[in-house]
Amino acid sequence: MSGWHLVWQAAAVMVGSGVVGLVYKGLDRKLAARMQARVGPPLRQPFLDLGKLLMKETVVPRDAVGWLFRAMPFLAAVASFTTLLYLPLGPFPPILRGYGDAVLVLYLLAVPALAMALGGFASGSPLATVGGQREIVMLMSYEFPLAVALVGVVWRLRALEVGPAFSLATISANPLWTAVGPLGVFGLAILLGCLLVVTPAELSKIPFDIPEAETEIAGGLMVEYSGTYLALFYLADAVKTVAMAALVVALFIPYGIAAPLGVKGVGGQVLDVAFFLVKAFVVMFAAATTVRVAMARFKVDQVVRGFWLQITAGAVVGLVLLVLDKAVMG
Amino acid sequence: MAEAENTFRIPIGPIHPALKEPVRLSFQVEGERIVGVDIRTGFAHRGIEYMGMRRNLIQVLYLAERICGICSVAHPIALTQAVEQAAGIEVPPRSQYIRVIISELERIHSHLLWAGVAAHELGFDTLLHLTWKVREKVLDILEELTGNRIDYAIPIYGGVRRDIAPDQYPKVQGTIRYYRGLLDELLDTFLRDPSVEARTRGVGVLEPEEADALCAVGPTARASGLAKDVRQDRPYLAYGELGVKAITPRDWGLVPRGDVYDKIVVRLLEVGQSLGLIERALLEMPDGEITSFPKIPALLAHLKKAQGEGLGWHEAPRGEVIHYVRLEAGVEEPVVWKVKAPTYSNLMSWKPMFEGQEIADIPIIAASIDPCICCMDRVHIVRGEDETGMAMEELLRLSRAKTQRILTGNG
Repeated sequence: MSGWHLVWQAAAVMVGSGVVGLVYKGLDRKLAARMQARVGPPLRQPFLDLGKLLMKETVVPRDAVGWLFRAMPFLAAVASFTTLLYLPLGPFPPILRGYGDAVLVLYLLAVPALAMALGGFASGSPLATVGGQREIVMLMSYEFPLAVALVGVVWRLRALEVGPAFSLATISANPLWTAVGPLGVFGLAILLGCLLVVTPAELSKIPFDIPEAETEIAGGLMVEYSGTYLALFYLADAVKTVAMAALVVALFIPYGIAAPLGVKGVGGQVLDVAFFLVKAFVVMFAAATTVRVAMARFKVDQVVRGFWLQITAGAVVGLVLLVLDKAVMG
Repeated sequence: MAEAENTFRIPIGPIHPALKEPVRLSFQVEGERIVGVDIRTGFAHRGIEYMGMRRNLIQVLYLAERICGICSVAHPIALTQAVEQAAGIEVPPRSQYIRVIISELERIHSHLLWAGVAAHELGFDTLLHLTWKVREKVLDILEELTGNRIDYAIPIYGGVRRDIAPDQYPKVQGTIRYYRGLLDELLDTFLRDPSVEARTRGVGVLEPEEADALCAVGPTARASGLAKDVRQDRPYLAYGELGVKAITPRDWGLVPRGDVYDKIVVRLLEVGQSLGLIERALLEMPDGEITSFPKIPALLAHLKKAQGEGLGWHEAPRGEVIHYVRLEAGVEEPVVWKVKAPTYSNLMSWKPMFEGQEIADIPIIAASIDPCICCMDRVHIVRGEDETGMAMEELLRLSRAKTQRILTGNG
């Protein structure tokens, strides 16, 4: 593949994911408002928010470590966009499929969170420092079940010998649900459940919005950010939502509808992209929107206990079921 | 507060999203754990007592109503009782029942408002929106009965300004039925929700001994198991006939622990209690006059002649309100007017409630006493690094000097 082709595709993904992320954000806000018996903002509100933030003055606090404070929003946004380049998007395989695999995606997903924490520490505000500590603690607690879920899927795939198992292109090209026995289906369902619990934590949504907790630490990590930098974090959050949903879709629901319906060519691709967007939205809606409407915010120790004990235990049970399934199926 | 090792200071306020009004809390924290707290008030002093002592008593009544936007009938009721005592004014029985009905409706609206705020502080905005949606109904009935959703302007010295007409009874009873049907649902949503329970059980504990020693009042004291309620201990208005019993978590089958959960229990059960009181007051309300001074000038003339002092009290939704007035013959304005709002009694119970808790618990603990800072606030002066109290003469002098500067254009 030529270099220019790659650049063109990457640019398309960047613009597309930004737009889709903001539209999802708008839908999320509107639907959450309807569930709370409110009217809610217009669908284009996230675009207006972003535009307004970009026009606003950008303030760097006097006590901040300037370069770190300025660099982190860019790092968060770039890392979020880059994650998408390694994920299969509907009918298209990952753009950078030759250069990295599922483990890299795990690292890239952690980068925006780390960037936010570092930016918070660099801002010199005590509230942001508390937020940063909480973000790091959260990161340590949810990364383990996330890794277990991914490793479980990959390990079972490897046993099927269908290609490089860690490549997300392989994972999404070979849906596991039909390839494993009943035990395996059960195990996969548990892993999917764990991943859906990790999703709102990864996106810092209620009940896991403790690093930002508006009523407690006044926006925490974000408290000193304003203008362009805040806009970048806002955009990074929107894009990360798409990336996380795309990861769940790639791991567990990589099906298309064009082939079963017999639509070929460009029409089929458009259909598949649309279907992919719907699937990603359903994941986002089920894992983030409904949960954030139905729950109170947790405390950080409760989150850690929950992820390390219950959710990790669940993920390990899923993994063991997949191992047993391999033993049964041979 | 001494700076210990491994701790750092988190300033909350005077302006902070967890606080609806300005008060400064400075926390000494060790990681997420609070080891010490320093409370500073004085950012919302409005000089209402001072203003009241320069106005005639009718004007003071409207000023008292504006001490608090939520307890907008609690302060006038306490004030009217104080003035009625000082001036020896008779209050017709029917007006006492009307005062009870309005103040119990106010209690429902205040407790629902609080429940919504508490849910918001927990990060549970859905519950906030639902609670505030159902609160609309009680505001509607208050508007129906008094003409206003807040600041009802209903009590006046010697009675009330508006009667409750017989054709309004069914509307009030309809509202009561609406809340009766809803109360179980509300109790269920607040008290059986695992995430609410996880955030409020064992959080912000106020031991009964501490509540007693710090003179906590209202739901804050009752949640710790102290059966303390002005309506029960020193019956006034028609509360003696209606027979009010203080509500503690025991009424919900719990051993009082004094945590935030218990405070939710007490407040929600009090909504139910108020419903019963309104219903009975409507049925037992005697006919007759609603005020002993139908004409305001006659009332003012009587007040101007009056001499003496009076103490009025009321169990506001947040706890005991006390107003003290001293009247002198020939003087229109009260010579002394002193207000003690419930938050003033409850503020010190913040200290034992905060200590040992986590940063994440700050908003809900701060909200759990239902603070009303602007009702309570006293003046606080910061001049450079030096913080001192000031005498009234000094403040007056400063204020006049500033007015002079503004007038002469040297502002």
